[in-house]
Amino acid sequence: MIDNHILATVLIQLFTAILQLVFWQKTLTQRILSVLGSTLAVCFSIELFSKVFTGETLVMNAAGWQAPFGIVFVADLFSSTLVVLTSLAGLAISLFSCVGISKPRLDYGYFPVFHFLIMGLTGAFLTGDIFNLYVWFEVIIIASFVLMTLGGRKTQLEGSVKYMALNILASTFFLTGIALLYGLTGTLNMADLAVKIREIDNPYLIEFAAIFFLLGFGTKSAIFPLYYWLPSSYHTPPSAVAATFGGLLTKVGVYAMFRVFTLIIPPSQFMQNILLFLAALTVLTGIFGMVNKRNIRKLFSYLIICHIGFMIGGLALFTKTAFLGGITYLIHDIIVKTNLFLVAGLMSFMRGSANYDNLGGLYKDYPKISLIIAVVLFSLVGVPPLSGFWPKIYLFGASLDANAYLFFCALILGSFFTLSVVIKLWSEAFWKEPKNREKLVDKFTVLPSKKKVFLILPIGLLAGISLMIGLNIEFVIQVADRISDELLDSSSYIQTVLK
Amino acid sequence: MSSIILKTAVRYLLPILLLFSIFLLLRGHHLPGGGFVGGLVASIAFVLHSFAHGTENTLKLLKYNPIRFIAMGLLLAACSMFIPILWGYPPMTALWVDRMIPVVGSIGTALFFDIGVYIVVVGAVLNILFTISLHSH
Repeated sequence: MIDNHILATVLIQLFTAILQLVFWQKTLTQRILSVLGSTLAVCFSIELFSKVFTGETLVMNAAGWQAPFGIVFVADLFSSTLVVLTSLAGLAISLFSCVGISKPRLDYGYFPVFHFLIMGLTGAFLTGDIFNLYVWFEVIIIASFVLMTLGGRKTQLEGSVKYMALNILASTFFLTGIALLYGLTGTLNMADLAVKIREIDNPYLIEFAAIFFLLGFGTKSAIFPLYYWLPSSYHTPPSAVAATFGGLLTKVGVYAMFRVFTLIIPPSQFMQNILLFLAALTVLTGIFGMVNKRNIRKLFSYLIICHIGFMIGGLALFTKTAFLGGITYLIHDIIVKTNLFLVAGLMSFMRGSANYDNLGGLYKDYPKISLIIAVVLFSLVGVPPLSGFWPKIYLFGASLDANAYLFFCALILGSFFTLSVVIKLWSEAFWKEPKNREKLVDKFTVLPSKKKVFLILPIGLLAGISLMIGLNIEFVIQVADRISDELLDSSSYIQTVLK
Repeated sequence: MSSIILKTAVRYLLPILLLFSIFLLLRGHHLPGGGFVGGLVASIAFVLHSFAHGTENTLKLLKYNPIRFIAMGLLLAACSMFIPILWGYPPMTALWVDRMIPVVGSIGTALFFDIGVYIVVVGAVLNILFTISLHSH
């Protein structure tokens, strides 16, 4: 069905960013605009989701050019779900940034760039054209370069050189893959590609293109062995930026992988085996990285890698149950990972550092806030009935059904070590008595209560959503079920776009 | 660097280059040209002025900080992209006024998009160059 309003969230982020540029260096106005824009975006994304959920897939032909020739934007259930989650995470981060980002960074345009980044993310989820997807990826990485280097500390620059080099390389791989597909089929529209690629009887060339996509998206979503830019760069920028990166940027790579490997190039047995092997190794490298980390933001960076493996594994098994697990995990992960980095930011506000050596006694000083953080950590580990529990059940079941024992072991180890690092985190940061209490820099207690609200409210909001996902899992499973059906049988997507 | 030849030349070159950039901008819909090239030519005019009279004086001539140009240009381009939605068309559809206007030709949202690009390019180029030149000594 044609609907000209599916870009509403993208346009809201765009206009928010532009208005903030108009109010350059007027940080109070920028803060108000940011929160207003993000709230509006959440409302419109929920409206889009409910339209798609109750109705059918929506399509918009940009500038009125018909499907295979013009650029189309498609809001199916998968895209619109991710748009809702992105907008929610964006709202939380924009609330946190109002206090959590220092004044010099705000003066040099933190907020406009942040909204351009969120615009890029929502655009990437909604586009139905593979070259346009590449363009949105470029919007995302250019905005993320600025966010990462803003502030110009030495560690930041060091991290961003690695980040930039590998992400540009990944974009090149992605572009080469697109060029191969375009050479084979002569089209860039995803639905049209899906039709035309099935008529080509040269499986090796298509496999070749698939490898390029795997390299490109794999680097962006930090799978083994392309992950090492992530832990060396994600702990350097301020927490609000790290939350955007950790919660959303790697997930857009996972989304692109799900989209390309279901709609355009369904993986052959060979590709499935590679993906499954890589997924298992991604989980294991995440584990090796996180067991001995004493800085919580480095620890969370490795947790991201570990859990990316879960989702890629869900894709690799390529059965309905596995998709259910992978997609539910994706839904849960966006919220929880964003929240984890916000929590890390709050903890370093309270203790002046994110290192175990300086942390401690948080439970004694802030019992109520600790309770909220406990909800976040519990849902990360997957204690029932919180959100992390359900997708794992599906993933366990799917990997046993497919006799994928390596991945099964990796899953168990991944869950176990996630639990162990979270226990360690809890005892080190919350229960342990801090070593030298007089040396602690508590920037949180001295804040006026209005500012405290801006730091705690986003964490509470996201923790509430995690709780909602866990308690209302029937609805989430229903959504994920429909998404998996749409992914496994793309004929309705193709028909809607090419009609 | 203050040379009387350059200063005199700039006095004539600045308006000519600006006129030429507007010519390129308007020509761009069907023929080579357009907002991006026009914007580059216009920013060259201001860069020449800054060579002759110093960056501070060029900033006075511009009246606004180049970053405002970026914001205004983006706003114009984004609005021209958004406006078709109000008439029920998909975004980015080009809407045209029926009557032709002498010199300019037909007026439509595409023209305003190009003008927006023109302003953004002027703002971005001048912002980069002036930041470098003001901080380099």
